[in-house]
Amino acid sequence: MENKKTVLVIGAGPAGISAAKSLANDNISVTVLEKEDTFGGNINNWAKLFPNFKDAGEVKSSLIQNFVNNQNIKIVYNKKVTELKKHNQKWIANTSDGEVFESDAAILSTGFKVFDAQYKEELGYGIYPNVITSVEFEKMYKNGKILTVQGSVPKKIAFLNCVGSRDEKVGNHYCSRICCIAAVKQAIEFKELYPQSEAFIFYMDIRMAGQFYEELYRKSQEKHGVVYIRGRISETSSTIDKKVQIKAEDTLAATPLRMTVDMLVLMIGVEASKSTTILSKQNNIDGPYGFAKSKDIHTADNYSNENGLFLAGSCKRPLTLTETIADGKSAAISVVEYLKQTK
Amino acid sequence: MEEFTKKYWKDYQKEIADDNFYYERSCIRQSFFPGSEAAFLKILRDILGKNIIDDPNQHTCTGIGYHSDIVPFDTTMTVVARIFSLMKDHGVNNFIPSCVTSFGIFNEVVETWNHSPEEYEKTKLFLKQATGRDFEIPQNISHASDIIYKYRKELKEKMPYRLVNRNTGKPLRVVEHIGCHYSKLFAKKSEGGMEFPKVLVGMIEEWGGEVIDYPERRHCCGFGFRQYLVMANRGYSVANTKKKFESMQPYKPDFIVANCPGCTMFMDRWQYTIAEMEGKTYDDNKMGIPVLTYEEMAGLLLGFNPWDLGLQLHQVQVEPLLDKIGIPYDPKDKYVGKSGNFLGEPEKPENLVTVYGK
Ligand code: SF4
Repeated sequence: MENKKTVLVIGAGPAGISAAKSLANDNISVTVLEKEDTFGGNINNWAKLFPNFKDAGEVKSSLIQNFVNNQNIKIVYNKKVTELKKHNQKWIANTSDGEVFESDAAILSTGFKVFDAQYKEELGYGIYPNVITSVEFEKMYKNGKILTVQGSVPKKIAFLNCVGSRDEKVGNHYCSRICCIAAVKQAIEFKELYPQSEAFIFYMDIRMAGQFYEELYRKSQEKHGVVYIRGRISETSSTIDKKVQIKAEDTLAATPLRMTVDMLVLMIGVEASKSTTILSKQNNIDGPYGFAKSKDIHTADNYSNENGLFLAGSCKRPLTLTETIADGKSAAISVVEYLKQTK
Repeated sequence: MEEFTKKYWKDYQKEIADDNFYYERSCIRQSFFPGSEAAFLKILRDILGKNIIDDPNQHTCTGIGYHSDIVPFDTTMTVVARIFSLMKDHGVNNFIPSCVTSFGIFNEVVETWNHSPEEYEKTKLFLKQATGRDFEIPQNISHASDIIYKYRKELKEKMPYRLVNRNTGKPLRVVEHIGCHYSKLFAKKSEGGMEFPKVLVGMIEEWGGEVIDYPERRHCCGFGFRQYLVMANRGYSVANTKKKFESMQPYKPDFIVANCPGCTMFMDRWQYTIAEMEGKTYDDNKMGIPVLTYEEMAGLLLGFNPWDLGLQLHQVQVEPLLDKIGIPYDPKDKYVGKSGNFLGEPEKPENLVTVYGK
């Protein structure tokens, strides 16, 4: 009988799915350990994707083709890996329920979590009900309506960029890379639903580095009349009729600004997931901000400094979905290279 | 919503000492609200049975001079060290400033010493050279309002009155204002954190009142040293206070309470100024919204005589509030001094309605 090589993939988000499929294609036996009871990771939080408004469900469906019923892939749900270590050239994963998995190589595809907006107390998330996060906006949009807690259509909505990113106070200096374009997307979606309403985006810089992002940013202004204000919101509070009062500085006009909106959407940033931080620390591959550190960002970005432990997707840093899927495949190629050498 | 706030308040709970205090009086509290500090000492000594030193040798913390760029920080550190050396003489090590500006100053100085030991050594040397004295850093620095907050439940047991409208049975609606230097310099030194400190909320809710969360709740009271010290800037001071009044008006507050003497002073006196300048008041009876210090609030509920608390020195008249709560007072005693002599009535404003000089 053929002695098949085995690989553990930790996390069944887009990076893990993409890596597992590529490995399976190479006739490698893959076990995917997912802590939730379903696959897809953060893709499940999206209704439509930037920059082309493609339905996230459709993208997920095509992503999972040859994943779920692949004879080379075993997916195990509700398995939270609490310990990952190398022993006698094998990778051993212990799960919270006491199971042990063993393989020739392991891929960390433990992804990201979103910033907990409650830490930015001054923004009133969790205190004022009409202050919501971009993830909650997306959920509402999936259900076809964006409504205030009072059940009315917001006449004025504001989006605040960089919540939990580029922020010394919360200790996250980095840019999360996806929230600027997500705000543009969500503002357009809002204006398409309610053309009579007004939408404002508060930003520090508008970072439109992806293909078609800049065009979308332009379209949001020219076609949909989204208003961009350069300045960070310093304080929110509730008015007597439960609207959200915002204080900010318009740094282009060099003036303080006070505005009342019906709803404020916080564009929450990307942080390393707990599993990412714990498992990379255990293997001394932890990088800044709790993300996992690759061997070389230019030439060996899917390798870690631990032989046989590979990195895929946003466990390394904030990535777009497009990049994440590609990175999963790239990680699989690196694993195959490694397994060939260790024959 | 409630759940979240509770969680955060738990995170931000700070250590508040429970006995053997050195009390640092406030230059402005004892001038503007002279009954407040006496009430605080009485509450601590007679009601709570605490040991608290009220030292006649104490002096300024330099706060206002420091924030006005008149006193350099080295001087401030040395002056603060001298106050700490006085505390050492009395053998206690829990420090309670009455003023919120001072609270900020003491914390800023101690934080500086903790972070820069060379500054600490320098201050020790300066104090020794100037006065021959030694000092120790207090074990605990809590604001005087923290102490009342800590013992709010015990005090409630002793209170014959509640923050309840005796005619309607409904909780009084209270605007609370926290001095910026209580929470905004060092969030961890504030009970409840930077944005939503709990120190006054805790007292108000414990004693039966309801806190108003109005849009400009966290806005400056208008004190802001440079805004009023420079006469040309005073318009900024009034403008800030006005913004707060306009924002709280729709909620119909029964009164305002603050933990900083500067805030109490400006929110009280600027109501007179705005009424006289623009004919505008923010209540239904053209009398203004009464503004209390937290010591006055506690003292009233404990049954202290309103005139012993110094409430006759407030610009906005407090009688309607006393009537709402059901606190008895003798109008004839209002302007009778400690000597028993009638001191005369203040001048009557043109627009702001008062109960005197009818
Ligand atoms: S992508 Fe935009 S919103 Fe997100 S952190 Fe970067 S600059 Fe801020």
